[in-house]
Amino acid sequence: MLLLWELGGRAVTEYRLFLPSIIEVMGAGVQLLFSGDVARHFLVTLERFLTGYLIAAALGASLGVALGYFRLLHDLLGTVVELLRPMPSVAIIPVAILMLGIGDAMIVAVTVYASVWPILINTVDGVRHIEGALVDTGRTFGLNRRRILWQIILPAASPYIVTGLRIALSIALILVTTAEMVAGSKGLGFFILDQERSMNSSNMYAGVLIVAVLGYALNRLFVAIEARVMRWQHGMLNREAV
Amino acid sequence: MPILEVQGLSKSYRQAGGEVTLAIGSISCRVERSEFVSFVGPSGCGKTTLLMTIAGLLSPSAGRILVNGQEVDGPPRGLVLLFQEYNKSLFAWRTVLGNVRFGLEARGVHAAEAAERARALIELVGLAGFERHYPWELSGGMQQRVAIARALAYEPEVLLMDEPFGSLDALTRLELEDTLLRLWAELKTTIIFITHDIEEAIYLSDRIWLLSRRPSEIVEELPIDFPRPRHQVATRADAGFMALRNTIYRRISNPVAS
Repeated sequence: MLLLWELGGRAVTEYRLFLPSIIEVMGAGVQLLFSGDVARHFLVTLERFLTGYLIAAALGASLGVALGYFRLLHDLLGTVVELLRPMPSVAIIPVAILMLGIGDAMIVAVTVYASVWPILINTVDGVRHIEGALVDTGRTFGLNRRRILWQIILPAASPYIVTGLRIALSIALILVTTAEMVAGSKGLGFFILDQERSMNSSNMYAGVLIVAVLGYALNRLFVAIEARVMRWQHGMLNREAV
Repeated sequence: MPILEVQGLSKSYRQAGGEVTLAIGSISCRVERSEFVSFVGPSGCGKTTLLMTIAGLLSPSAGRILVNGQEVDGPPRGLVLLFQEYNKSLFAWRTVLGNVRFGLEARGVHAAEAAERARALIELVGLAGFERHYPWELSGGMQQRVAIARALAYEPEVLLMDEPFGSLDALTRLELEDTLLRLWAELKTTIIFITHDIEEAIYLSDRIWLLSRRPSEIVEELPIDFPRPRHQVATRADAGFMALRNTIYRRISNPVAS
């Protein structure tokens, strides 16, 4: 693909401004990385992403357990969830700007809002799919509700929760970059748009490349952690597939 | 004082359509300490409902249950229920050792001691060497052995067993029956067993209660006097064994169908 890019760029030289040579992009990328300017934007984006994602994880999982466990709560809030969930999350960026300004708080809030849904929905599903015999086993062994929650419900629902967390990972990165493009003066999203506006297309592509690498790295990290924590489930699934 | 006393127990529940079904008519019985008793009845006669109610997992519609003279209100400490579906009641995220340890942790045994006790129990049910395996790596019979070890780890006074061997193949079933009898003789735990397998009930029990179809009631109580230790070939070859099996079969099988 990179080769195609390079050859294509050489063939149609009049588009050089929009489609710089891959060598130039790489060169710009390396230069940017050493200049420290992009590193600053990178760290800002990473911090916003992590803050938003972790808040979404805690919020989605705990709310999901509550909704999955208490039927009454689900009946009360289920409709609200179903109304809010299908709305494209980027649509709340203007609302968030209006309420929170254009700082970190707005970007983190938007990220939380967008990535909480898959975690919430999957956790609710996971809790509702737990075998009755598992909870009854906990009860017959004299466990109180708190211990049943921690020792049985959470581990039993964990495959679902992890699925939600994985989906939320890419959504959170999308929303951080989008929100940074719309508002603010820091972060990779801002950087990409800023370079485009200054007609600095090599730098712009380098920014896109950095975001792509960040997304890829985060996903790899997630998979590595999951493989460790969910080892019991991987073995079980592989066995069933045979 | 009997370890367990059931007084006029009745259980009905509302079905999805709003219709009320009477699962248990009225059942009264007593179980003495260290006895092995069985309930035998046709499928769908409310055996599981009966055991769940005794275990305190369902509340009775009428009547009461006393464990050591104390009325049951929620799962009592001295009772543990072993489910038929070992594959659904074992913790898939814990190893064999972890599952058995759960029974010890549940009654507050310290970690170091729990590991040691769990290993001893795993050996007792014949699973030494499988401590680090996950339940899905084991056969059905071995999984049910894990479930038994986990239940015993809780040191219950009464072990309630809901058709524990119902989904195992015939040979594994006989093996587990003998394992259970060996454990019972060694630990003196009171066992209340449910099965629809008449021969299994005779082979294992001191007493059998025959249950009617829904709404279930006790039709008859039968003492089983075959000497112990029992033997899969010798005991089952006893002339009295077959005679008893036939009597029970006639008593509980549907008179219309036969």
